[in-house]
Amino acid sequence: MSVLRPAGEFDASYAYDMATIRRPWQWAALFLLIAALYTLPLYASQGLVALLNRTIIVIIAVQGLNLLTGYTGQISLGQAAFMTVGGYISALLVNLLNWNYLPALLAAAVGAGVVGLLFGLPSLRVKGFYLVMATLAAQFIIPWFTRNAFHDVLNGAQGLNVRPPELFGIVFNTPQRYFMLTLTLLILTTVVAQNVSRSRLGRAFVSIRDHDLAAELLGVNLFKYKLQAFFLAAVYAGIAGSLAAHQLRHLNSETFGLNDSVLMLGMLVVGGLGTGMGPFLGAVVIELLIEAATVLGPVVASYFPSTATGAVQALRPLLFGLALMLFLIFEPRGLAHRWQLFKAAWRLRPFSH
Amino acid sequence: MTQPEVLLSVENVSLTFGRVQALAHVSCEVRQGEIVAIIGPNGAGKTSLLNCISNFYRPTSGRIRFAGRDLARVPASRIAPLGIARTFQNIALYTGLSTLDNLMAARHIHMKSGFLGCLLYWGFGHREDLAHRLVVEEIIDFLEMQHIRKAVVGALPHGLRKRVELGRALALEPRLLLLDEPMTGMNQEEKEDMARFILDTYERRDVTILLIEHDMGLVMDIADRVIVLDFGKKIAEGTPEEIKQNPDVIKAYLGQEHGTL
Repeated sequence: MSVLRPAGEFDASYAYDMATIRRPWQWAALFLLIAALYTLPLYASQGLVALLNRTIIVIIAVQGLNLLTGYTGQISLGQAAFMTVGGYISALLVNLLNWNYLPALLAAAVGAGVVGLLFGLPSLRVKGFYLVMATLAAQFIIPWFTRNAFHDVLNGAQGLNVRPPELFGIVFNTPQRYFMLTLTLLILTTVVAQNVSRSRLGRAFVSIRDHDLAAELLGVNLFKYKLQAFFLAAVYAGIAGSLAAHQLRHLNSETFGLNDSVLMLGMLVVGGLGTGMGPFLGAVVIELLIEAATVLGPVVASYFPSTATGAVQALRPLLFGLALMLFLIFEPRGLAHRWQLFKAAWRLRPFSH
Repeated sequence: MTQPEVLLSVENVSLTFGRVQALAHVSCEVRQGEIVAIIGPNGAGKTSLLNCISNFYRPTSGRIRFAGRDLARVPASRIAPLGIARTFQNIALYTGLSTLDNLMAARHIHMKSGFLGCLLYWGFGHREDLAHRLVVEEIIDFLEMQHIRKAVVGALPHGLRKRVELGRALALEPRLLLLDEPMTGMNQEEKEDMARFILDTYERRDVTILLIEHDMGLVMDIADRVIVLDFGKKIAEGTPEEIKQNPDVIKAYLGQEHGTL
């Protein structure tokens, strides 16, 4: 029921009780993990590092969605659209104005955040299903805008060729180098997400999710905090979109589409809504599933020769849909909840409760 | 002896939904340091009155003043900072949070960390959380909730949830506490516990209390004054003794044949 502490560990102060990382060995383990990750490109294959880059970018976007949907309870199908905004902003700033990547990334984050804020405005009036429809509008308006507006700058449906980022004289043009960038940003976004979730802001978010009327009568300004959630989610999407655009080196209106938004929402459900671990677990599991589909595709195709060309493409949505359905039925609280149960069981072993 | 100041005054308040008159020209006053009970049969407008006071409903006509201030122009989210806290008839806790976090969430109005402060958290945000944790722990002690401090409230039994909700209202440090049926669905022992907590709150925390309750024995025991509503109208107001004797109340609320309480 309550939080289980390992045997012999006592919360001797409130600060210690509230700490995220509690033991010296946990700090050591964390630093070892981070060090191992930073040195990973030295011995991992290029394919693995590229996969990790992709996964990290998705994790960042899902973390943003988690703040909005998982904590604040505002379901959004617009996350990929805000990635498009972030991608275009930093691509244009680097390509046309020769901006350094860091300020361009910052501008992408803030720019996407402001656009997210605009599409969050309906949240004052509409909730649930109707808000999903309102955020879906972003998914249609923003790609349409990039295709049809300012043709000489945005280059219409063909989109932009994006330069790889350059920082401190290093050009991040290989997956290995790019990994330094994505990993650093992931650490930053994770720390910020954790800070939000444990602070006054996060409690205001959750109180809106759990009982918005009570929250309002307890002094939470609903509109203000919903907009802040939309802003934060879009900032995360902007960072992810910028990273993805400069990694792919190409960007058009279809780079991030509606199915990406749906996929990210699915990842969040699989990982666990409103948990710090959720985005990590969900994104990794779904990315692995997609990889498995790529590997299994030819095998499946050999059994069904008549559908050979479509097998790989069909297998991805099939596996994703199956995973999502199984999670909704058997573990709607996601893998993060499973992990909590496992930890509790481990601490109580050999007893069952 | 001078009378204590009027904390809350409801002046000629009416509330209509379409053709349903939920409240009709209700006037009443609550003075600093009183426990006032609102009673009345189901659908009498008790909760509607409370909802008007907490600005969840806007009265169709009339005026509500708190500490001399007209509440008509105050948005719902500014009611709590003025010093009005409430609990709900059907518990409205943040079910996904622990008892501790429910109370911490109620400290919102007393905390100052801004948007960026929360993103960075270290330093001021952390210190502020610690300071408010002390206040919250005091309330947890006061309401004897130590054993459920870290329990997710969605999984708690009804009686405890009611207690957590009282704790959450106290965490706002209100001047006026509105309790909407704090004892529904409780057994005798839980009711007595809750009555004790309400009286303790009143005595030790300098809170004025306006409560709705159906348990007559309890109302008669703890209330200084009783207001009786029936079909949206105030039909009586007075000390518990006076209310017991009032023929209108006996007729409207208890049925004619009972005669006495």
